[in-house]
Amino acid sequence: MASQQLTRGEIEPLLDVWLETEFTFHAAGPVARALSKLEREEQDFVLDWIKRIATTHITLAFHFAKRAPDLLRRLDPRAIEAWAVQLCDTYDRAGMYAALAVAEQVDGYARTGQTHTEGALYDDIAGVLGNFVRGLSGRKLKVEQGDSVYTDSEKIVLPAITSLLASRDDNFKLAKARVALLWAQTRFGTLRVDIAAACAGYPHPDRALRQFNALETVRLTACIGRELPGLHREILRLMGILGDALPEGWQPLADRLNLADAQVEDSLSLLDTAYHLPDFQTWCHQGEMRPDAVANARAARLEKEKARFRIKLAELLEEHTSGEAPKKPASAEKPDIEVTPRDENGALEVEITLDGAPLAPPEDVKQLLTSIYLDFGEIPPEYLSPAGEGEYDPKLVFDQPEDPDSVWHGTYHEKGAELFPEWDHGRQHYRKNWCVMREKTVAPVHDSFYRDTLDKYAGVVKHLRRKFEALRDENRLDKRQTQGDEIDLDALIEALADAKDGREMSDRLFVRLHRAERNIAVAFLVDMSGSTKGWINEAEREALILLCEALELLGDRYAIYGFSGTTRKRCELFRIKTFDEGYGDEVKARISGIRPQEYTRMGFALRHMTKLLNQVEAKTRVLVTLSDGRPDDYFDVYRGEYGVEDTRMALLEAARTGIHPFCVTLDRDARDYLPHMYGAARYIILDDVRQLPVKVTDIYRRITT
Amino acid sequence: MNARTLDPAHHLIKQEPYYEPVGDEIQLFEAAYRQQIPVLLKGPTGCGKTRFMEHMAWRLKRPLITVSCHDDLTASDLVGRYLVKGGETVWVDGPLTRAVRCGGICYLDEIVEARKDTMVVIHPLADDRRTLPMEKLGQLVEAPPEFCLAISYNPGYQSVLKDLKQSTRQRFVALEFDYPAAELERRIVVSESGVDAGMAEKLVKFAQMTRNLKGSGLEEGASTRLLVHAGKLISSGVDPVVACRSAVAQAVTDDADMLAAIRELSSSLF
Repeated sequence: MASQQLTRGEIEPLLDVWLETEFTFHAAGPVARALSKLEREEQDFVLDWIKRIATTHITLAFHFAKRAPDLLRRLDPRAIEAWAVQLCDTYDRAGMYAALAVAEQVDGYARTGQTHTEGALYDDIAGVLGNFVRGLSGRKLKVEQGDSVYTDSEKIVLPAITSLLASRDDNFKLAKARVALLWAQTRFGTLRVDIAAACAGYPHPDRALRQFNALETVRLTACIGRELPGLHREILRLMGILGDALPEGWQPLADRLNLADAQVEDSLSLLDTAYHLPDFQTWCHQGEMRPDAVANARAARLEKEKARFRIKLAELLEEHTSGEAPKKPASAEKPDIEVTPRDENGALEVEITLDGAPLAPPEDVKQLLTSIYLDFGEIPPEYLSPAGEGEYDPKLVFDQPEDPDSVWHGTYHEKGAELFPEWDHGRQHYRKNWCVMREKTVAPVHDSFYRDTLDKYAGVVKHLRRKFEALRDENRLDKRQTQGDEIDLDALIEALADAKDGREMSDRLFVRLHRAERNIAVAFLVDMSGSTKGWINEAEREALILLCEALELLGDRYAIYGFSGTTRKRCELFRIKTFDEGYGDEVKARISGIRPQEYTRMGFALRHMTKLLNQVEAKTRVLVTLSDGRPDDYFDVYRGEYGVEDTRMALLEAARTGIHPFCVTLDRDARDYLPHMYGAARYIILDDVRQLPVKVTDIYRRITT
Repeated sequence: MNARTLDPAHHLIKQEPYYEPVGDEIQLFEAAYRQQIPVLLKGPTGCGKTRFMEHMAWRLKRPLITVSCHDDLTASDLVGRYLVKGGETVWVDGPLTRAVRCGGICYLDEIVEARKDTMVVIHPLADDRRTLPMEKLGQLVEAPPEFCLAISYNPGYQSVLKDLKQSTRQRFVALEFDYPAAELERRIVVSESGVDAGMAEKLVKFAQMTRNLKGSGLEEGASTRLLVHAGKLISSGVDPVVACRSAVAQAVTDDADMLAAIRELSSSLF
């Protein structure tokens, strides 16, 4: 039997605590009354989320609580959950004002007044639709989450929830139709014209833009009808359900726009007529038009692509003529390059000919050409002169890795950084793009540290070598096998002699080549937080030297990284040795150069290493962390339970991808939290720092055999 | 019912295998054959490399011996080995030796899959020596002028471990294959599967969509071969969306998200 409904009297004290009404003066009474009318299950659901959101911000939780009872009648719980997460994410990203705007938006979620809708959630559909749109011809568009439905000609933006229709399946179909229509805007020329200028001449440019959008929606829907007939049928069906139709007086315009040769120019010339027609009720699959976003993206793209294409063209030409001798002087004759785009039947192909002979452009050049064609409807002639030497600075044209330190000079930016999520224990959900991570290289210190360490541990090293050499596997011929590539003649002669003798003949007559494949990749993650200063830092460095010596013997692929950070905006991962690097003087100097930095924020580092490890091809992947204590960060919630839970989650994620995490810790005081934090990982606590160098190699030997 | 057993060394292809030339590959191959230069076919899977070899074998009227290489293929699998028979050892020629002896065309399919040591065996055959040393017999087999060596590989795999060594690749004349242009591919689909031109055009467009996805989750787009499969299913009455799902989508990927995306593409198209 379901447990009893909570009464208002039971709910209100809970809200008083979570919303701290004594100080915030949020009126918990009416909320509690509304909640008391819900089923117990619904009450639990809403109360749980109020509590979770309150850990992020109390005002947000209050706004959620106010709207939740009404929403429950219209949306399914999954969609409400997605909305709650979006509230928190928006708050994380853009602050309270933006988050409250999201809270308002919810009123438009179910347009048809259906009693109950099952929304399609962005997170569920983005993967499929992203691949869907990349499969269509034209520029490779990205799908991103945002506050509305529009495109800037490079990305397509969808909201967190699509829920105009009743069933989840139909809502997915609707999102797909929206994506297709926005794709069509890029593909069939809508964004090629200066939309803002076209609308500027009217008394109400906003209205002109809406009518233009309507004209293009009609034209592009017809384009989709020719290009993707199956999808077109779906669109018509959805429009039928929602009652979308042409308003009065629009039919003649639509007749013109439905023709196969209708272009964006036709919509422009019809705009005048349309401006004086009644308002167009937006069709369900229609998005917004944002001319400013399009103009910004286009402005950033044009020059860059022109330069890129001309440089590529020069490369292509050089490749093509390099075999010919004698070389003509560059100025004597201009090469005759022709580029013909063919845009027929929905297939878009661009051909390049050089002096009449076709060239096969590589994939990146093809994509550049496609993108240029979509911007102009042709390849402008000035694009066809190859770039002269030094005409462009390739540094400016091609994306460069950002200097990780430059970010702290001048205004703060997140260019060149990688963003990682973090697990928020209170919210029971990830904070998206929360940690701003940059990779840096440890400044090498060329001193005698390496030699000193080897001298200090001479005995240990000798011992280690012996132990590790025993583990080494080599190619060898296995004799006397039942199956194999070759006959083992010794065994055969023996067997024949046995047979003549009347004894039983062995069937082990073959030799087989045994190929050694240890195939282990291991990443070491070293704590470089300030607390390691002194003994611990030295022990860590010594341990790394001994480890490298041992690993070189085994031939395992390994990488070493250090981590440290101050707040989520400055998470730093220090490269000491990458998987591809050899163990040379530079790496030794970097190990010697490891210095304690700031705080211990571990989640991002574990997530990044998980990613790196998964890129390495190996049968077994091991992630070993060396740290001196519990996670901690400067003036941040990371201290305490939050950090422990995030680290635990990051280790779980690693284990889920098939990595074997192993933690070595020096924290002697707080054994209580360790079993919980290292839940997914095996771990060992070292009591004495001085044991570290010797123990670590031994541990490694044990976990990989 | 009895399956026919053929001896590849003496079997000649009687009927012309259907092949639509994309460029001048037929002339190039014939020229290389006359000049006794071995040939390397590059190109993605299912674009017609094997069919081309069958066609050339028919044209040149030579037996075709195909070896599909795998990562346990050893040198003795190609050259031959001693087997034990009634207390004696007997030597049995491998497919390469048989091709050399009968002056046929030996086609080593996906050569990079074979073990590294295997590739070295073909070196003396692939330069002007044109001999096959058989160390275990202490013999040297000289290839007759009719013998031809052809290998194929797919540069798309791009794995460091599976690259062709320079010492191997620089012995061959290379012919590059790619998926045929849309018009030609449509003709191939019509002729091989029996669907009408309109359906073939949609299939080709669908293949193009999957090829657009190469690199963003798909290792390889749909090959012409898969289109022919889908076309055959359609012409025997299967719904196009279902045919595309089973003959194409399921063949190129196992990833559930990718399958869903490809299904959305095909349902949009038909």
